[in-house]
Amino acid sequence: MTDATHNSDSEYAIAMRGVTKIFGERPHAALALLHAGHAKAEVQAQTGNVVGLDDVSLDIARGQIFVVMGLSGSGKSTLIRHVNRLIEPTSGEIVVNGTDVLKMSRDELRRFRRTQVTMVFQKFGLLPHRSVLDNVAYGLEVRGLGRRQRLDGAAKWIETVGLAGYENSRPRQLSGGQQQRVGLARALAMDTDIILMDEAFSALDPLIRSGMQEQLIQLQQELNKTILFITHDFDEALKIGDRIAVLKDGAVQQVGRPEEIVLKPANDHVEEFVRDVNKARAIKVRSIMERGAGEGCAVAVPMEARCEDVLPLFAEHQWVGVADASGQQVGRITAKQVIRALARHTPGSVALPEAPPREPERAQERPIRSPAESGSITAEAG
Amino acid sequence: MFPEFIDTRPLRRAVDEGLNWVVRNWSDELEAAASPLLVLLKAIENLLVAMPWWLIIAILVGIAWLATRRWQLPVVVLASLLFLGVMDLWTDAMTTMALMIAATLTAIVVSIPVGVWMSRSLRVRQLVTPVLDLMQTLPSFVYLIPTVMIFGPGKIPALIATIVYAAPPLVRLSDLGLRTVDPSVMEASRAFGSDPTQRLFGVQIPLALPTILAGINQTTMMALAMVVIASMIGAGGLGYQVLQGIGRLEVSRGLFAGLGIVVLAIVFDRITQSFGKQLQARIGLAEGR
Repeated sequence: MTDATHNSDSEYAIAMRGVTKIFGERPHAALALLHAGHAKAEVQAQTGNVVGLDDVSLDIARGQIFVVMGLSGSGKSTLIRHVNRLIEPTSGEIVVNGTDVLKMSRDELRRFRRTQVTMVFQKFGLLPHRSVLDNVAYGLEVRGLGRRQRLDGAAKWIETVGLAGYENSRPRQLSGGQQQRVGLARALAMDTDIILMDEAFSALDPLIRSGMQEQLIQLQQELNKTILFITHDFDEALKIGDRIAVLKDGAVQQVGRPEEIVLKPANDHVEEFVRDVNKARAIKVRSIMERGAGEGCAVAVPMEARCEDVLPLFAEHQWVGVADASGQQVGRITAKQVIRALARHTPGSVALPEAPPREPERAQERPIRSPAESGSITAEAG
Repeated sequence: MFPEFIDTRPLRRAVDEGLNWVVRNWSDELEAAASPLLVLLKAIENLLVAMPWWLIIAILVGIAWLATRRWQLPVVVLASLLFLGVMDLWTDAMTTMALMIAATLTAIVVSIPVGVWMSRSLRVRQLVTPVLDLMQTLPSFVYLIPTVMIFGPGKIPALIATIVYAAPPLVRLSDLGLRTVDPSVMEASRAFGSDPTQRLFGVQIPLALPTILAGINQTTMMALAMVVIASMIGAGGLGYQVLQGIGRLEVSRGLFAGLGIVVLAIVFDRITQSFGKQLQARIGLAEGR
């Protein structure tokens, strides 16, 4: 890595470069095989070692919700544990807030975990013998804060997540959703810039999950943290992610904004996820509209509108305008364009002509298999 | 006949002479080293004997109530202790109780750190486990006799033999409890930057406490199981009454003293178990499953 790349790394909250993790007895032999170009199955057959992460490079800009999506066994939980070094990589580089995590001593690592990153877990990881209040204050206690100070801090966050009145309950007395709110409050109480969320909502009922997602989005608007969110649920990724990385067998398949992934899946694996997704909800009209002021339209929708928002309008109107924040029309859209966008990746569809011209850099897909390429990926926080 | 490959007689002689040498040259030092145990035992025994009977009953009934918050166990404890008093076994029971408490306290002080150490290192566990097996399966007379040779008959060898026999379950259960703490809680604690000491005292020990308490329960029971053997070398107490009963063919004496041991076992077993259950409920391991 050159110095220039190092400098640019500090713009990102989290930068991972060629991170590879091999589980097993002789990781370095397996790593050599992997570098020599052998497939993962081959490496496993030859050495008995399992490839957890395969040359993962990601750049996560500040203030983003960055979602890593993958099926179970894709290595996503392994990936998130590399950021705070709960798992040591076999090779690669991990830079968080401009500091190389892998070069930290034990003490530095503890200080780093106490002050810079915090984590929410799928299985909550609450201390069953402590009250909700003491659980939320746990991180502050580890940090060495006095009792009064940490309980004050904890009480505030308990209220924020909507658990006021439960301060003295034990975790087991709460429902799953409430327990995860405790987990979230515990992480927020640390007031770190970076929050790692490992399938934080996966253990919850669908309705509760949806409520938690909305709460997270809302909190994020106020707090503007960098959130690395792991999920196996593509809908969840689309709903909360500013950017999404799709992971399979420990390798990144595609990184991009939700619409990029829906509109231009990089390969069959990504396409499989996209197939089942409600595209009308995932695609924003501005990414498929005809740009330019053009003729004025009778009705207009904001830039952030999704396809499902404009569909009813086509019952009455040929064209629907798209307006920016000031109400100025910046583009327009017809039912045809919407249908084309929605139909493109629907199974059984016949070959279609290219979509209408879009803003070129948005349309570009970003497969980032090679580290060289990944260095050029920039963040586009919404 | 199994063929004789080597002559083992020199080995046997070496062991016997080695022990004799230790007895001749080191028995004073060893006795001095073991004297804190004797001080502890004497202090507990003197306290128990000096306390009026009703106070001891009140304390134990009170503990039983604290452990369960119901009336059943306190009644059982009250009846058990009254039985000891009525059958004229009170002083002997106090002597036996003192031995049991002293052995258990010593076992706690020694076993829990060993259990912590075992839980952290596979190597240590591999080394300590066979030693524990040996302590539990070696017939107690085998180590009782050398101990008596070193310390002379009396309370010290009795206490040491009781500790040797009673400590292993506590070591094992401490190790088990610490190792089986929910890994997701441990991971969360690590993710928040806790150091090993914070994890041990803030997470591991509190969550392992029900298992450790089960170990203490086992230790008290094993200690009571040793009282008859211990009384052979001068521990006195209920075990001595049993021995005398057997020796004089006085079945009643042996029977009632034996029942006295049972009664003590029931009292301490139920009390420690109830505390364990209460603790589990508080931690949230038992309820809702």
